[in-house]
Amino acid sequence: MTIPLLSLQGLTKAYPGVVANDQVSFDIGEGEVHALLGENGAGKSTLVKMIYGLVKPDSGTMKLRGNPFAPPEPRAARADGIAMVFQHFSLFDALNVAENIALGMENPPPMGDLASRIREVSETYGLPLDPFRTVGDLSAGERQRVEIIRCLLQDPKLLIMDEPTSVLTPQEVDILFETLNKLRSEGTSILYISHKLEEIRTLCDHATILRLGKNVGECVPAETSARDMAEMMVGSTLQTPERSGRELGEVALDVSGLSVPSPSEFGTALRNVHMTVRKGEVLGIGGVAGNGQDELLGVLSGEIPTSADAIKFKGQAIGKLGPTARRKLGVLTAPEERLGHAAAPDMSLTENALLTGSVREGLEKNGFLKWTETRSFAEKIIEAFDVRTPGPENAARSLSGGNLQKFVIGREVLQNPDVLVVNQPTWGVDAAAAASIRQAILDLAAKGTAVVCISQDLDELMEISDSFAALNEGRLSAPRPTTGLTVDEIGLMMGGAHGMEVAHV
Amino acid sequence: MIVLEKRPQPSRAWSYATPLVAVLATMVFGGLLFAILGKNPVQAIGTIFWEPLFGEFAFYYRPQLLVKGAPLVLIAIGLSLGFRAGIWNIGAEGQYIMGAIFGAGAGLAFYPLDAWYIFPIMVVAGAFGGWLWATIPALLKVRFGTNEILVSLMLVYVAEQMLASVSLGLLKNPEGFGFPGSRNLQSYESAHNAELIAGSGMHWGVVAAFIAVIFAYVLLNRHMLGFHIRLTGEAPRAAKFAGVNPARLILFCLGISGALAGLAGMFEVSGPSGQISIDFNVGYGFTAIIVAFLGRLHPVGILLAGGLMALTYIGGEIAQSQLGLPAAAIQVFQGMLLFFLLAFDLLTNFRIRAARSEVA
Repeated sequence: MTIPLLSLQGLTKAYPGVVANDQVSFDIGEGEVHALLGENGAGKSTLVKMIYGLVKPDSGTMKLRGNPFAPPEPRAARADGIAMVFQHFSLFDALNVAENIALGMENPPPMGDLASRIREVSETYGLPLDPFRTVGDLSAGERQRVEIIRCLLQDPKLLIMDEPTSVLTPQEVDILFETLNKLRSEGTSILYISHKLEEIRTLCDHATILRLGKNVGECVPAETSARDMAEMMVGSTLQTPERSGRELGEVALDVSGLSVPSPSEFGTALRNVHMTVRKGEVLGIGGVAGNGQDELLGVLSGEIPTSADAIKFKGQAIGKLGPTARRKLGVLTAPEERLGHAAAPDMSLTENALLTGSVREGLEKNGFLKWTETRSFAEKIIEAFDVRTPGPENAARSLSGGNLQKFVIGREVLQNPDVLVVNQPTWGVDAAAAASIRQAILDLAAKGTAVVCISQDLDELMEISDSFAALNEGRLSAPRPTTGLTVDEIGLMMGGAHGMEVAHV
Repeated sequence: MIVLEKRPQPSRAWSYATPLVAVLATMVFGGLLFAILGKNPVQAIGTIFWEPLFGEFAFYYRPQLLVKGAPLVLIAIGLSLGFRAGIWNIGAEGQYIMGAIFGAGAGLAFYPLDAWYIFPIMVVAGAFGGWLWATIPALLKVRFGTNEILVSLMLVYVAEQMLASVSLGLLKNPEGFGFPGSRNLQSYESAHNAELIAGSGMHWGVVAAFIAVIFAYVLLNRHMLGFHIRLTGEAPRAAKFAGVNPARLILFCLGISGALAGLAGMFEVSGPSGQISIDFNVGYGFTAIIVAFLGRLHPVGILLAGGLMALTYIGGEIAQSQLGLPAAAIQVFQGMLLFFLLAFDLLTNFRIRAARSEVA
């Protein structure tokens, strides 16, 4: 038996009120791609922070190639050959690639040498990148390459990657996987954090599954079905959403020739968007974040006014109507950002139920509020969507992300919309809750609601939508039926690899 | 090391306790200040808080509490609505002056006619004057996106110039032997905001203040508009999503706070003050900002805070005359009150915890 590269023994870390990691033990072998799987809040981040020296464990030991390993700070971890690519990039937009990389180094070499080393590494690993391009002009996929190359320049023994594919198109994911495979073949170990099961099945040699801070199982992903892994993550049997065959009715929502500038300086303008959604249809809209998703939701909710004819609801022009008037007609929306947009963080759930429910649920009379009815509406949402909270008088911010998401979606679903637009309905929600939210959306569609689901989770869109379109730089591709659509086609609709060439090694 | 930890939700107990703790802390540190100045701290604090209520001359000071407290409460209630929504009217002092000018002007226009309808007309005119002055920053903000803090504040100085101008010109008492200032409305019965019960200090402005408190309470707790005001303050994006029209809300909040400040000015000029003069305004509009925050922007809290503030004013004056405390020390004392309130306010949303230091 060879000595593993990194061996974790009984790592425990407690924060006030929560044990983030409880006696976690596993080994990462040399040249192994090891997956760390778990739902949000399972303790993945805390664990890798301990390995990277950002957090000190309360108890337990780590061994690097048999030697005790307890990095007091990230610098020490890097010196020992641990490198990490974070989910959120830390790059300066105004500087170029080489400058950004130099900033993260202890003793940066002269710029010319650094640039040629960057070229060398980027060519070796199939990550084409010009060291003199300004980071502000790069796509999300290219920015990630900067972070990866920054790590590779340290010649790491263990590369930690935190949810690396969440910002990538399928083509970009392929490029990344080629790079990771090449690293593995050279003997670099990779700790790969994700909750995307199919990716883990294609890439990883071994997987450790965390649930509520505990190591609940290990498996060889290639030999385990995604469903089994998901059930280990959740700890219970998963319900796959069921779609009943249904007839699509007449057109409920008709968007044509819609162009609006973004209200925010860093937003994306919508350009000539066309789409129609029929009663009972679920239209899935994919695309990498920041390509106009927020703006599309704003336009459909009535927060961003457009020309009257650009948006029609059952033939009636509603482009100029505000959110309240649209709700009255039956056009409801649920934005992506839960705290601060879909819900007011410091207000109670009862008050948040009033936020969008006042018109359709009859919670006001001549402007005066009916608190008793509002409270029972909030209670109804909590019960129907299994929102875990002591009661509706609690502040929205006291709920976990997933629970608040269930509340926000439930609030709209229970108002029996004719058109429902949701943005990232299951973002940051655990698998069981995500399944129940998807089921609720499908049930609504079965009752004849036209649903627009904007999401970055392609698996989700494939699961629930009847037709699929992609947003790319504010343009919406022509919707196509989901059945028979291949991942490659979807990738091309999303804009392919954003003009990046796949380097063949 | 001491760390602040965000509470999962705001502590209700602390939000009620902080004003009391702040008053106590002000007494302790104010006492310390008075001790450094060589005065007996217990006596000084006692003079400020005890003398006006229960002292030998309390029969004189108690009505003064109502007279001083009413304009503070009336203005602060209006301001609190805007502050709740993140709309910052700092120029209530100017709106107060304009209310007084319009109110007094309307009354004097009828002089010497004796009719029941003159006083009601003055009330409407006063509210209109304040509303008008506050609507200027509101329209500029809605139309051009100007900062209402700056515009409303600068209009205070414009209003002060108007006050000087009408005292010397338009409203100058023709029988005033050339002295600046208008006729005394106290001696023009139809326009006089007299005490409702003689010697009680209770005039129409006090009644209006109580009505404003009830109105604001109902608005904030039972009405959609009040819900939208609170929502806009807490989460502007969520408010927009809920369908709140920001422009309409700005016009309403600034307008109503201006109208209430104008009413306060009108009741003051036609009652306790009696006449328009160059030095008519004494800073109620600015002090009301402190009152609004001291009262946690809550109508009932503002009522109590207005009373407390009036108490420190009157008590402060007594301390000045009886103990020879400098006026500046009294102002520092009042400033401390707001400072401690804001400082202890932190405990509503955070708890203090001793912790070992840790990387990350």
